[in-house]
Amino acid sequence: MLGVLAVSGLGAFLALLLEIADTYIADYGEQHIFVNGERDLVVQGGKPLLFALGEHGIYLPSACGGKGTCAYCKARVLEGGGPVLPTETPYLSSQDLENHIRITCQVKVKETVRVEVPDELLNVRQYHVRVLALENLTPHIRLVRLQMPAASEGFRFKPGQYVQLEVPKYKSTSGPEFRAYSIASASHEPEVLDLVIGRVEGGAVSTYVHDYLKTGDVVNIRGPFGDFWLRDSERPVLLIATGTGLAPLRSMLFQIERDRIARSVTLFFGARTRDDLFFFEELREVEKRLPNFHFVPTLSRPAQGDAWEGEVGRVTRLIDEQIPEGAQMDVYICGAPEMVQSCMELLEKKGVPSDRILFDMFA
Amino acid sequence: MTEISAGTLFFAAIFTNNILLTNFLGLCPYLSISRDYKAALGLGGAVVFVMTFTAGINHLVYHQVLAPMNLEHFRYIVFIIVIAAFVQLVEMAVERYLPALYFVLGIFLPLITVNCAILGASLFMVIRAYTFTQAVVYGAGSGIGWMLAIGIVGAIREKIQKTSQLPPGLEGPGITLIITGVLSLAFMVFSGMIQIQ
Repeated sequence: MLGVLAVSGLGAFLALLLEIADTYIADYGEQHIFVNGERDLVVQGGKPLLFALGEHGIYLPSACGGKGTCAYCKARVLEGGGPVLPTETPYLSSQDLENHIRITCQVKVKETVRVEVPDELLNVRQYHVRVLALENLTPHIRLVRLQMPAASEGFRFKPGQYVQLEVPKYKSTSGPEFRAYSIASASHEPEVLDLVIGRVEGGAVSTYVHDYLKTGDVVNIRGPFGDFWLRDSERPVLLIATGTGLAPLRSMLFQIERDRIARSVTLFFGARTRDDLFFFEELREVEKRLPNFHFVPTLSRPAQGDAWEGEVGRVTRLIDEQIPEGAQMDVYICGAPEMVQSCMELLEKKGVPSDRILFDMFA
Repeated sequence: MTEISAGTLFFAAIFTNNILLTNFLGLCPYLSISRDYKAALGLGGAVVFVMTFTAGINHLVYHQVLAPMNLEHFRYIVFIIVIAAFVQLVEMAVERYLPALYFVLGIFLPLITVNCAILGASLFMVIRAYTFTQAVVYGAGSGIGWMLAIGIVGAIREKIQKTSQLPPGLEGPGITLIITGVLSLAFMVFSGMIQIQ
């Protein structure tokens, strides 16, 4: 009994010390952030710049949720950021350093900060949206359909871009968490937004989406972000995806169909088994409607009962066999980093210039 | 053990009983942050600082609070709480008042909250019945020994990265553990000089 009391007392004493320290030492008072030399924001000091800006409706892209691992939240900090931290240097080139580019989730606002934010990001907004429907596309991949505000309220995106989905605190998290997901639906119907979310073992947001999210729930999304969108050109298009990487490419396909883009379009879609091959029927339908579109699914490990007669192997095998040397084409790749990396190497070996390859890695 | 002088103990903690190379404690930050020399020394500095102070504080807590109340069996949990609270306090204070130091050491502080070498130093000092002065000296010596080891390995790894190609299977932790093994053998040479166990 005495032991429990003594240890609890010691714990309470240390907690009190920390609480006092938190109130007096970690209090940086109110600080000002000047955005693009115009807007003057007043924030509680001590917070990461990324979140301080977010509180005032300026949302920089971020895929990792402020953990300093994706480096999407780069911005130019002209004053008040303190020295560049060792947690930032791996993500900053010497050119970035010269231009005062910082990783804003690592920069804490302890004094007046002057920051430059690209104009298009000032248009990024947060939306409270309702979940219209949930559908399990495969045992591990879920389609989340969101009801967006009317088009007149201005949510516009380019096919291929992504949004940040925020889920509330639940059993496995200590606060709201957000992650980036590509938009899988058509840009000309922005009132309904489809996200395709794969379950990540231990993933804070994907676990919530798979186990807790219900139709009718309200969630926050911010966006749109990203420069992975279809560039104008006359060359044939090659789309490569594995798993949930299909999402942004599906949106691009809708754009190609609606805008009657006459370029030849090929989609290599890699999955493990037939069960993992979602949107299969839909893509076959698109293929029937669009004569210039070829859908080439491939299974890396077809199961016994799949009765699969299509391609077998990874997407890299398709590139190896079906793409001629020196092919003139624009390539869009989306999926796991290792897949993107090996596709790029293979394509460059085949003589496709690297500036014609665009990719989006799902880390 | 009271016959060991502070100077001898300090030397022993660094060389003959190097906490990393003879006890193999504190390996996880050691494996991950030893890629470059500078960062390794930064982390090492943070370990020296935390180990010296927590060995002293834990000595006081153990002998002034736990022992008189016969609560020695709580030492693990108490030591861990004390170390965690100390690290957090220091981090806050350094970030606020010594930005230059925070820049060098600060970001490593949270990494070593649960470093087993630090808990290990506190536990060894209890097992070996050190006096307060001995405990502080032992903490400082062990910290410096740890810093020395990670510094050496950091420098070797940096050199390897720049000058040679490793077989893929050996990259990262693989080569680090091999270097550590060789270093550990090298440090065994010191062991005949003094024994403190």
